[in-house]
Amino acid sequence: MEEKTPKLSMRGITKRFGTKVVANDNVSLDVYAGEILALLGENGSGKTTLMNILAGIYYPDDGEILINGTPVTIASPREAFEHHIGMIHQHFKLVDVLTAAENIVLGMNEEGKLDMKAASAKIKQICDAYGFEVNPAQKIYEMSVSEKQTVEIVKVLYRGADLLILDEPTAVLTPQESEKLFAVLRNMRDDGKSIIIITHKMNEVLSVSDRVAILRSGAYICDRITSETNAQELTDLMVGHKVSLNIKRPEPKDPIERIRVKGLTVKNIEGINKLTDVSFTARSGEILGIAGIAGSGQKELLEGIAGLQPIESGTIEYVHHDGTTENLIGKDPLEIAALGVSLSFVPEDRLGMGLVANMDLADNMMLRSYRSGHSVFTNRKNPEHLAREVIKNLEVNTPGVHAMVRKLSGGNVQKVLVGREIASSPTVLLTAYAVRGLDINSSYTIYDLINQQKERGVAVIYVGEDLDVLVELCDRILVLCDGHVSGILDGRTCDKQTIGMMMTHIGEPTEEANDEQ
Amino acid sequence: MFDFATFIPRAISQSIPLLLGSTGEIMTEKSGNLNLGTAGVMYVGGMCGVIGAFFYENSPGKMNGVLAVLIPLVCCLLGSLIMGLIYCFLTVTLRANQNVTGLALTTFGVGFGNFFGGSLIKISGAEVPSIILTNTSNFFRAKLPFADKFGWFGKVFLSYSFLAYAAIVIAILAGRTLKKTRTGLHLRAVGENPATADAAGINVIKYKYVATCLGSMIAGLGGLYYVMDYTNGIWSNDAFGDRGWLAIALVIFTLWNPVSSIFASILFGGLYILYIYIPTGTNLAFKELYKMLPYVVTIIVLIMTSLRNKRENQPPEALGLPYFREDR
Repeated sequence: MEEKTPKLSMRGITKRFGTKVVANDNVSLDVYAGEILALLGENGSGKTTLMNILAGIYYPDDGEILINGTPVTIASPREAFEHHIGMIHQHFKLVDVLTAAENIVLGMNEEGKLDMKAASAKIKQICDAYGFEVNPAQKIYEMSVSEKQTVEIVKVLYRGADLLILDEPTAVLTPQESEKLFAVLRNMRDDGKSIIIITHKMNEVLSVSDRVAILRSGAYICDRITSETNAQELTDLMVGHKVSLNIKRPEPKDPIERIRVKGLTVKNIEGINKLTDVSFTARSGEILGIAGIAGSGQKELLEGIAGLQPIESGTIEYVHHDGTTENLIGKDPLEIAALGVSLSFVPEDRLGMGLVANMDLADNMMLRSYRSGHSVFTNRKNPEHLAREVIKNLEVNTPGVHAMVRKLSGGNVQKVLVGREIASSPTVLLTAYAVRGLDINSSYTIYDLINQQKERGVAVIYVGEDLDVLVELCDRILVLCDGHVSGILDGRTCDKQTIGMMMTHIGEPTEEANDEQ
Repeated sequence: MFDFATFIPRAISQSIPLLLGSTGEIMTEKSGNLNLGTAGVMYVGGMCGVIGAFFYENSPGKMNGVLAVLIPLVCCLLGSLIMGLIYCFLTVTLRANQNVTGLALTTFGVGFGNFFGGSLIKISGAEVPSIILTNTSNFFRAKLPFADKFGWFGKVFLSYSFLAYAAIVIAILAGRTLKKTRTGLHLRAVGENPATADAAGINVIKYKYVATCLGSMIAGLGGLYYVMDYTNGIWSNDAFGDRGWLAIALVIFTLWNPVSSIFASILFGGLYILYIYIPTGTNLAFKELYKMLPYVVTIIVLIMTSLRNKRENQPPEALGLPYFREDR
């Protein structure tokens, strides 16, 4: 970067939570006009805290912030707007029952009466300038995730922000939506705005950013010009030691059929088919990947197998080691779990299923084991022991086994959940979005764990979002398209494009379709 | 034939405390505060008005109409404001549990009213266990002079005191404010999602305090109306009954809309006194059953509203939850 005053400088920022947790330790960071800066770091490395300080959500314990060289204080979100800083949070800050326009003008103290017509006109103008599509009169709860995100971006632009902070904006977007977002971000950069983007996806960092700044354990490590670096170097800097970026895929050892699903149909409450005539088999010692656009029936499929979802028609058979089969339909989840079918589903809000936010780690481990034993008292020693083991093996960052789960960062919560499920030594492991929101290092830990299970002879069903990972990790990939099986591909020979096509069109693409691409 | 011309005015005057109570509670709940202390607030509001009126009425000299109304009014507003402030301090600043705080305030408010009610009865040396403030009440109940000239129309629409009209105006104003103004939009956002409101630069604490205190003052007026208009200035301990709770039920019934509360409270007011108008002959036991009506309807209404799934009809999302910005 040539010599010019940074638009924003943070100098020696320190932020502590309580006496123990230091989220940011003496961090200094510069942002220039007309650049996209990617902020990279593992889960819990303090990226979000640092950005929250800029947005006025947190107040730093130490350090100063300069805008165009002048020191400023940002004590509240309002003051952040006054300095033209706008943040798009990972969990959208939108009021569900209000319309897009109402959310956008929220908190603005414009002169005169509340005039929604004028506001809508101004929103249209912003949309046209950068290529957004927003219906100002639409209610937020009727919108898709990507539409909500657009509203968030328009909201900060409406306030005249010229420094935008995006916290993991692509975590919930499809690849197409992400591309659209990046196009808009590039437009804004060319317009002279500064953009800070937090993301875990290395290919996005490399494709969208101009410069990368790296945080590790709350401290600033260094920055790199994106064009002069690569994924390996960035990952090593982020983690602090060398990491291998290849996912292992051991050959399945004498796979035998474990779960046989035939003609499975599931309806939702409104009577609409979520799954239609789904048939497949899952084999032991093999990872069956499930690909599909979000909401194509992945949740219903896994829950159907785990006995949590009423089945309309079809059969699900569990094949015992001695070859006898047992129908899972009609069994309650406890009986199914006793067979060794384990479900670790990571829903969008992570804590919705599987873990109780207000209980500590040991007690959450106990959710699986409290029924065992014959005494009226529960055994608290074993869960505590297990919690310690999970913390050690999966490098969970927590003050201790008695910390409440809701105080942990998202990635650590996920490690706890997956760790517990694996510890119950399942014969079938159902996992959905196991690495959602996890940084690279933690993701690889999870892939390793899944591979270990596979080598133990567990039949793994892995619902994933990242096609790159599916193609590298899975032995076979089942592609869902709107509740139908679009096809089952061999993980070693298929490619991303084919899967992507099959996610939107039922059936394997023909030669002509491939040619058109 | 059912006598509508007498029934409706009575139903309406019965409805005004409910309307004020529910309007106040709607304002409070829209800020995310579930104030179950409304019953206590209304009790305190009424009692404070009584205390003010009692000392003014018993002071030497001729009573001035304006002062006779203003003194109880100001006392009532101050009393209920203090209740609102206590609630806010405990739940917003100290982040105490809203349900427990509200219930405690109800117990406290009822006790406060009965204690001072008992004391004033002692001071006045009355033979019946009531405080009689007929003179003050007469000023409160001053009607439009031309109301009698319009026959049944005058009786149904023009025969009320200023507090009754004020209650309707307050409800309409509250409804307009919530729906149409920037302040209302901000208040709704605070009740729905305080973290979002905060990030948008809205002072969450201020909105919660102001809405809850204003709501308490409006609810307190309900207590004042009850003593000064409805009972003609006669305070008896515990006579106010469970109107405070009905007001809270009305909030849900009206789906947090003060304007529909005008009609809903008239309906409830009518149900409250319907037993007097239904001929039951000599069998008084039936009358007791008819007295159940408002409560039966409340239960049915609560079941019906909980069945409705539309997002707009749900309670404010953050209702009952404390807010702390740096909570992780």
